[in-house]
Amino acid sequence: MATQTPLSTQPAPPDEPVNQPQLGLVGWLRFAWRQLTSMRTALFLLLLLAVGAVPGSIWPQRSIDSARTADYIAQHQTLGPVLDRLGFFEVYASPWFAAIYLLLFISLVGCVLPRTRLHWRAMRSTPPRTPARLERLSAHATAEVEATPEEALAAAEAVLRKRRFRLHRHDQTSVSSERGYLKETGNLVFHLALILVIVGVAIGHLLGWKGDVIVPVGQGFANTLSRYDTFSPGPWVKPENLSPFSLKLDRLDAKFEENVTGRGQFGQPRDFTAHVSVADQPGAKPHEETVKVNHPLEMKGASVFLLGNGYAPVITVRDKEGNVVYRDATPFLAQDNNYKSVGAVKVTGATPKQLGFFGLFLPTAVITKDQGPTSIFPDAKKPALALGLYEGNLFPDGRPQSVYTLDTKELTQIKNAKGTEPLRIWLEPGQTFELPGGRGSITFDGVERFAGLSIRSDPGKGLTLVAALLALAGLISSLVVRRRRVFVRVSPAAEAGRTVVSVGGMAKDDDDTLTEAVEDILAAVQRRTGTSR
Amino acid sequence: MTNETLAQYANLALYSAMAVLTVAMLGYALYLAALVPHRDRKAALAAEATRSRDEELVGAGTGAGMPGGPVAGPGSPSAASPAASAAADGEADDVPLRARKAAGIAGTMTWLTGFLLVASIALRGASVHRWPLGNMFEFAVFGSMFTVLAFSIWSTKRDLRWLGLLVTGPVLLTLGLAITVWYTEAAELLPSLKSYWLVIHVTVATLSVGIFAIGASAALIYLLKDSFERSGRASVLDRFPPARSIERLSYGLHVVAFPLWTFTVIAGAIWARQAWGSYWNWDPKEVWTFVIWVVYAAYLHARATSGWSRQGANYIALAGWACIIINYTVVNVFFVSQHSYSGL
Ligand code: HEM
Repeated sequence: MATQTPLSTQPAPPDEPVNQPQLGLVGWLRFAWRQLTSMRTALFLLLLLAVGAVPGSIWPQRSIDSARTADYIAQHQTLGPVLDRLGFFEVYASPWFAAIYLLLFISLVGCVLPRTRLHWRAMRSTPPRTPARLERLSAHATAEVEATPEEALAAAEAVLRKRRFRLHRHDQTSVSSERGYLKETGNLVFHLALILVIVGVAIGHLLGWKGDVIVPVGQGFANTLSRYDTFSPGPWVKPENLSPFSLKLDRLDAKFEENVTGRGQFGQPRDFTAHVSVADQPGAKPHEETVKVNHPLEMKGASVFLLGNGYAPVITVRDKEGNVVYRDATPFLAQDNNYKSVGAVKVTGATPKQLGFFGLFLPTAVITKDQGPTSIFPDAKKPALALGLYEGNLFPDGRPQSVYTLDTKELTQIKNAKGTEPLRIWLEPGQTFELPGGRGSITFDGVERFAGLSIRSDPGKGLTLVAALLALAGLISSLVVRRRRVFVRVSPAAEAGRTVVSVGGMAKDDDDTLTEAVEDILAAVQRRTGTSR
Repeated sequence: MTNETLAQYANLALYSAMAVLTVAMLGYALYLAALVPHRDRKAALAAEATRSRDEELVGAGTGAGMPGGPVAGPGSPSAASPAASAAADGEADDVPLRARKAAGIAGTMTWLTGFLLVASIALRGASVHRWPLGNMFEFAVFGSMFTVLAFSIWSTKRDLRWLGLLVTGPVLLTLGLAITVWYTEAAELLPSLKSYWLVIHVTVATLSVGIFAIGASAALIYLLKDSFERSGRASVLDRFPPARSIERLSYGLHVVAFPLWTFTVIAGAIWARQAWGSYWNWDPKEVWTFVIWVVYAAYLHARATSGWSRQGANYIALAGWACIIINYTVVNVFFVSQHSYSGL
């Protein structure tokens, strides 16, 4: 087809038979557009969107949990890479998912814009002429009233106006009326607002950023790129323009369930509160704030969330003369609900060789037969460090590495005094361990907590929220409002001074209270004209 | 601190509710059993059924009478108003007295179940000093309460006795699962659940699910009745309201529940931003909430799309309900999610 299309837009030669309708490029486009913007296609795309979203809940998603995703791929040697190629680990950023929703929204625009134009016209036009035979309409009622035709018609108009119908008299003996334009308005607002939701989401993606940082108690943090452990900016973000606030973590309160012993409850976290001092810009006077789960700290241009916490044992390493070569609150990363945590102490200043300690921090330590050292409660009731020791080159090739693990490529593990087994160091707060071979000592001074802070900015969220609420309002009015036409015709009755009033109603879609409404209108006209039923 | 005694009273109220609900369910079952056409009247009823179907096709039966569905002629103006349905009651003499009695008792018992569930929830809330919607057990009880109360309140407006069994039965099953499989000791909440958004978001979600539940039952009955009518076989469904008005009833319920679900999504997003820093993370629970929303949107679309049958639309509605079930069971228990609050 594609090779022919350029030609077919030209006028057909006159001698060609014209009985074969030719779809030119324009014709094809118009056909495709009509297909795309039909309600059936919209319905199909909606169902497709629902189906397409499901894989993202079944397979781990790289954007949410990259470690679990990598694990999965490693464990499923054949299936993993295929699924990866198909985008099943990044469903919501995959081209096929984007294709579904982009087509849906193109369809939506193509559907809603013409409808908006039609509705605009409908709202300014008058209700149509009264049909010749009202009794044919889906709802109809007739009664005689004690009034002249003109009086009856005036009463009918008053009744309809009170029920917020729009009126028009096309002739002397009848009135046409319509109400419920808000139904279509609501429907259009709903669909257009969905587009705005997407715009808001897109703004957030392009101009938003987030960064994570671990801050031990007593330490501070300034909002600059270099201070973040991880930082993911949207494509249009200029990281040098981050708002220049800084904060210091004064205290972190953590509370865990100690009283209830029911299934799955003992040791559950109950409350985390970070007490911070914040300065809006360098040199400004700091003010005290709290950050809690569910209570982010709103700063200019960013919000600070408390998303994690853990322990940072304060560790001092001395050389054999007793000079301090390392002293820091060193964050260990929690591995389970009882905060059994892993971490590493990298002593680059040790001589002659660099030292690397690696192992566990246990807030409530026990040693069990089958699991070895572990923690049985998340709070620091009986803290202990269980470490091993390596020496050698900590940073082979100077590559960046995780602060919680050692890269053992150029390290050798130190054995115990007898040289039979790897050296095991067990420390409780205040204790010091003399390292073998004159390597100095390590002291466990005490325990601090750390806060895992996430600092985020999403300039599109306001628009998204407003659009979503607008969509909800539109939806409600489109579902609740009933669109109806009601016609009233009057004719003189057999008895002088009386009039036959005939009311007919029709609705756009099925409307089970239409008959009731028509009867109610007739009754109101009777009341107004002083006719008792 | 939790108060164990109050929690025990809460469970006592729950067991009572289940006992009372069992009576209600049996009552509605008896009602349906008594409606089953006697053999000698089957033929007559089948004839009536075809007649009522013809009326439907003509579209004259706008809201034809509910209880004696096929009996109420096209002339009966609107069964929507209580007065009209009361009038229709009078003409439904052929509903045996025994059946009406059974349904009457069942109705009262359903109300009582609702009150007992309210009491149970209130006691549970008092025992844990928080809004009792923090784990699967509590979701199930809350949702059952909404379903039972919505059904009872709605029954004051319309004759819904034919729907009773398919409301009380599933609710009883849910409560049974809740107290055995999903039971969680009364306890405080995880920090991420301590927010007034819990009250707003989860309560509206549960209310919405409670209403979707009745909508799904009505959609199911519509599809059953429709297929029986097509095949021409006589069944107790012939004594139900016309398929068309059941379908419209189901639509009415979905139309109430869908905006509530939309609100649930929005409130959940607001809360997600507060608790996790970003309003949408495509967490499995969020994915399924979104899928449910889209499927029900498709249902509303299908119903408005010319060329799509009402049956097709109602199948989509049932698919939406299946997604809700998945969201509350499979996703809660088996999927790795930030929403791991099932308490299991
Ligand atoms: C983003 C995807 C969409 C969603 C979530 C959505 C949702 C909905 C919902 C919930 C309704 C019911 C409201 C009512 O009955 O008045 C509705 C109605 C409607 N939708 Fe959509 N829609 C979407 C896309 C589209 C598209 C692409 C079209 C056009 C092809 C469309 C055309 C319509 C029309 C014409 C109605 C009104 C039906 C009537 O007249 O009753 N929608 N939509």
